[in-house]
Amino acid sequence: MIDWSFIRQLAWRDSRKNRGRLVLFMSSIILGIAALVAINSFNYNLQDDIDEQAASLLGADLVVSGNQPVTDSLGVLLAALPGEKATKLDLFSMAYFPATDRTQFVRLQGLAGNFPFYGSLKTEPATARQELTNPHAALVDNGFMDQYGIQIGDSIRLGNRSFFIAGRLLNDFASANVAAGFAPPVYVAQSALEQTGLVQAGSLVNYNYYYKLPAAFEVKPWTDKYDNAFRNESLRLQTIAGQKENLSDAFANLNSFLNLVALVSLLLGCIGVASSVLIYVRTKIPSIAIFRCLGMKGRDVFLVYLLQILVLGGLGVVFGAVLGTVVQLVLPILFKDFLPLEVSTSISWPAIGEGLVIGIFITMLFALVPLLPVRRISPLRILRTAFEQDLGQRDYAQWAVYLAIVAGLQAFLWYLTGSFVNGLMFTGGLLVSFLLLFAVARLITWGVQRFFPRRWSFVFRQGLANLFRPNNQTATLLVSIGLGTAILTTLFIIQGLLLENVGEMDAGNQPNVILYGIEKEQMTGLSELTTSFKLPIVQQVPIVTMRMTGWQGRTKADWLADSTRQAERWAFNREIRVTFRDSLDGFEEVLSGTFPKPRAAHGDSVFISLEEGFAESMHVKVGDEISFNVQGMPLTTFVGSTRKVDFTKMRTRFLVIFPAGVLENAPQFQVLVTKSPNPATTARYRTAVVKAFPNVSVVDLSSILTALSDILAKVSYVIQFMAVFSILTGFIVLVSSLLLSKLQRIKESVLLRTLGASSKQLLQISATEYALLGTLAAATGIFIALVSSWLLASFQLKLTFYVPWLAIGVIFVLVVAIIVVIGLLNSRDVLRKSPLEVLRREV
Amino acid sequence: MSTILAVNQLTKTYQSGDRSLTVLADVSFAIQPGESLAIVGPSGSGKTTLLGLCAGLDRAGSGEVILCDALLNELSEDARAAVRNRNVGFIFQNFQLIPTLTALENVMIPAELNGRKDARVAALALLEKVGLADRSHHYPSQLSGGEQQRVALARAFCNNPQILFADEPTGNLDESTGQMVEDLLFSLNQEMGTTLVIVTHDLELAGKTQRIIQLKGGQVFSDTRTQTPA
Repeated sequence: MIDWSFIRQLAWRDSRKNRGRLVLFMSSIILGIAALVAINSFNYNLQDDIDEQAASLLGADLVVSGNQPVTDSLGVLLAALPGEKATKLDLFSMAYFPATDRTQFVRLQGLAGNFPFYGSLKTEPATARQELTNPHAALVDNGFMDQYGIQIGDSIRLGNRSFFIAGRLLNDFASANVAAGFAPPVYVAQSALEQTGLVQAGSLVNYNYYYKLPAAFEVKPWTDKYDNAFRNESLRLQTIAGQKENLSDAFANLNSFLNLVALVSLLLGCIGVASSVLIYVRTKIPSIAIFRCLGMKGRDVFLVYLLQILVLGGLGVVFGAVLGTVVQLVLPILFKDFLPLEVSTSISWPAIGEGLVIGIFITMLFALVPLLPVRRISPLRILRTAFEQDLGQRDYAQWAVYLAIVAGLQAFLWYLTGSFVNGLMFTGGLLVSFLLLFAVARLITWGVQRFFPRRWSFVFRQGLANLFRPNNQTATLLVSIGLGTAILTTLFIIQGLLLENVGEMDAGNQPNVILYGIEKEQMTGLSELTTSFKLPIVQQVPIVTMRMTGWQGRTKADWLADSTRQAERWAFNREIRVTFRDSLDGFEEVLSGTFPKPRAAHGDSVFISLEEGFAESMHVKVGDEISFNVQGMPLTTFVGSTRKVDFTKMRTRFLVIFPAGVLENAPQFQVLVTKSPNPATTARYRTAVVKAFPNVSVVDLSSILTALSDILAKVSYVIQFMAVFSILTGFIVLVSSLLLSKLQRIKESVLLRTLGASSKQLLQISATEYALLGTLAAATGIFIALVSSWLLASFQLKLTFYVPWLAIGVIFVLVVAIIVVIGLLNSRDVLRKSPLEVLRREV
Repeated sequence: MSTILAVNQLTKTYQSGDRSLTVLADVSFAIQPGESLAIVGPSGSGKTTLLGLCAGLDRAGSGEVILCDALLNELSEDARAAVRNRNVGFIFQNFQLIPTLTALENVMIPAELNGRKDARVAALALLEKVGLADRSHHYPSQLSGGEQQRVALARAFCNNPQILFADEPTGNLDESTGQMVEDLLFSLNQEMGTTLVIVTHDLELAGKTQRIIQLKGGQVFSDTRTQTPA
């Protein structure tokens, strides 16, 4: 029979003088739960906002879009839809601003109708949207106008036509994407866009058709029925429900990342809980022995401390939930540059509820690990301090707790990742890391003992011997510090890899300016203009657009009807841009067959070259027949070769290459690639090109890369902000682990002091021990981080893997330095106080 | 050196909140090299405090302690540690062995701190003398109380100290074990010519020294010679 009232009273009385010691314990929980609640609240709010804002983000009930106008047959289907209709054409183009003599690559959008039907196109002045009925008016991105001092009323030249700027665009329906960084949106009336001369054969135009449908109209059956018909013509159907799904999918990665951060903080928090409770229990051993001597049962003593831990843990969880709710107010501000929608910051009760339940659960589980042995503390401890466990036999309850931790972790990860297998992989990865660190700790204690350098100096030997002596902290510190280092370093390496891979694109002699939309007869003039700027013509490529009509002797329609077809729809159901030439460029390599030679005579078979991935997706091989429709003209070809193409280089790359002597007379446009030495030359060259050839678009890759780098810099900032949670909890774990070792070492240090050790010697012993521990923990952690980031980079993110040695060196030195400094701070007590005072306290 | 330890008008006061408690007041005495002395007195009379001050484990409030020609009051903790290491041996009632070191490692420490190359040999020789050579690799927890105190004795003599301070050296031991430790203490002391200062309740043990200082209320109550110095 348990006397709960006695246990409650004893728990209260016993905790009075020691509550300060549980501050670490509470901080671990608070930070872990705060991260979880903050991130979950953000995720819940994001999901709610997606549901609420999907309609205003899409702007219509149904959107049809593609890079060609709808065909007549589909047009009939669409015409039969009830409700209101609007259309929008968009394309990338150059714009010229005479007032500032500036040219800019813009995303030009020609609007007809009353789009958006939901939400609004926000402008300044607010009525500027109405101006789009005026064929001379244009609306220009507010941020861009601010940046370059462009005013309302200034003129803007687009292709062959001039417009006046009627207002500033405060938002856009092209969704937030990378393009916004280097191609600000410009809106004009659709009829006016058509008069600019920019929409012509070969232009990369996106056609969008918007429908506002009556409430009674069921859109899903309609899209289910006609989806394939639209997809066969490379047109995409979007609905509000689909938009919700798409947005949720799009944020899945963000969610996974945030969940990972929450998990890391929580796991570090768990380690913090276990090690701080362990410290607490160790300081309580004399009291526990006395309680046991006085006749208390092991179980009752255990309940006294469990109650203390649960009450304080519960408080920690509540504080954590409050802190998390406050922090989540900041998250939407951090993410506002990446999110196309506004995320609200309301209090998320489900997130708080989850945080509380998970918090109490993990606190209890991880506290039980060091608490359970309390039941078995022998009353003999009052008479003699022993190091060995009080009882040798196995404690099955302890094993049950370990099992519950693994099962709980798996359940939590399953919940976070939404997949049992993924959860299992994460759990497995964590267990492997734990075991690896534990094995390294064991190996070190064994190795140091086995090969102990007996001739080395006393202090060094003392420091080294502390790694394997009884009550050593090698395993605890190595696991906690090593795991913390591993997780944070992985985060750091991956972030560095992302930036490195982008930076590389802009490196050295890579071309950085691409001109497209050039008409055949403009080429000579443009070449001359380019040469006059002393810029090299790196590539000058003709491009012909065509569509595939069949392959391997069957028509596309036959293949579409064939359910056993292996060719992938994306590969054949698209407008293909091909070029023609008679040699490989420096970034290609023939894998099979021979690269097409120029066709000698009209009527000879045409042998084309396919990019290897494209050939695989089409399931065709060398010798197979492929037929095309080249802007109305049928053309039969044979696969002559497959090529490997280096896609990391900034060049024009083609899935299909024709031989010379076939397409020369087909309607085509040209692309010119050059390399500009600096932004000033690029700007002057761009202005000259746009003035002389208004239809030609000049893409400045450097500015795209700058925009990408800006975005990545912001992403890094967010990652770093989130990593602060992990770093803080990691730091708490570090401090609590080291405090644990302080408890072990303080008595030794005092006795050494009594026997005449100088401060220098004591500090050297501590520094040696902690430097060794820090070195081993950091090195093992970094090794784990290298393996895990290599796996992530190679298989998940498909990035070229580099080892940022310098950064890793810095992390290594930092971790070791922090550990040594905290370790030395721990020794301060011994140095400051007189040995007698400490000896009398019977530490 | 005519005196190895001189204590002049020593006072120690502890502050507890806004109250102060004088533990030692105006204590003076001197000890000659090779002399053995017992400090006796009831609990709370300031015995252990006096021992701590004489051995340089704590700082006096006023007065002076000169140990092996070093005026301890003026020395930093590090300098006092150096004096202790070169000249002083300790034995405590509760042994105060370093729990994570083996018996041999515990004994070696003073010599190692002193940078002696023969620490291991010297420590083994001393363990042999106290009859624990075969337990040299055992940890303190694996030794009985008497064995632990013998290890502490070996450690105390490891650096050939000029003076040995013993705080209730047999207080935690049974009679026969206590007797064995006592015998070892006096024989090693005699063999090595060490000055011996013992703090004890045990008047019988005190009687075996040449001189007894009795403390009462933090003051020297009596200072008597039991034997004529040799």
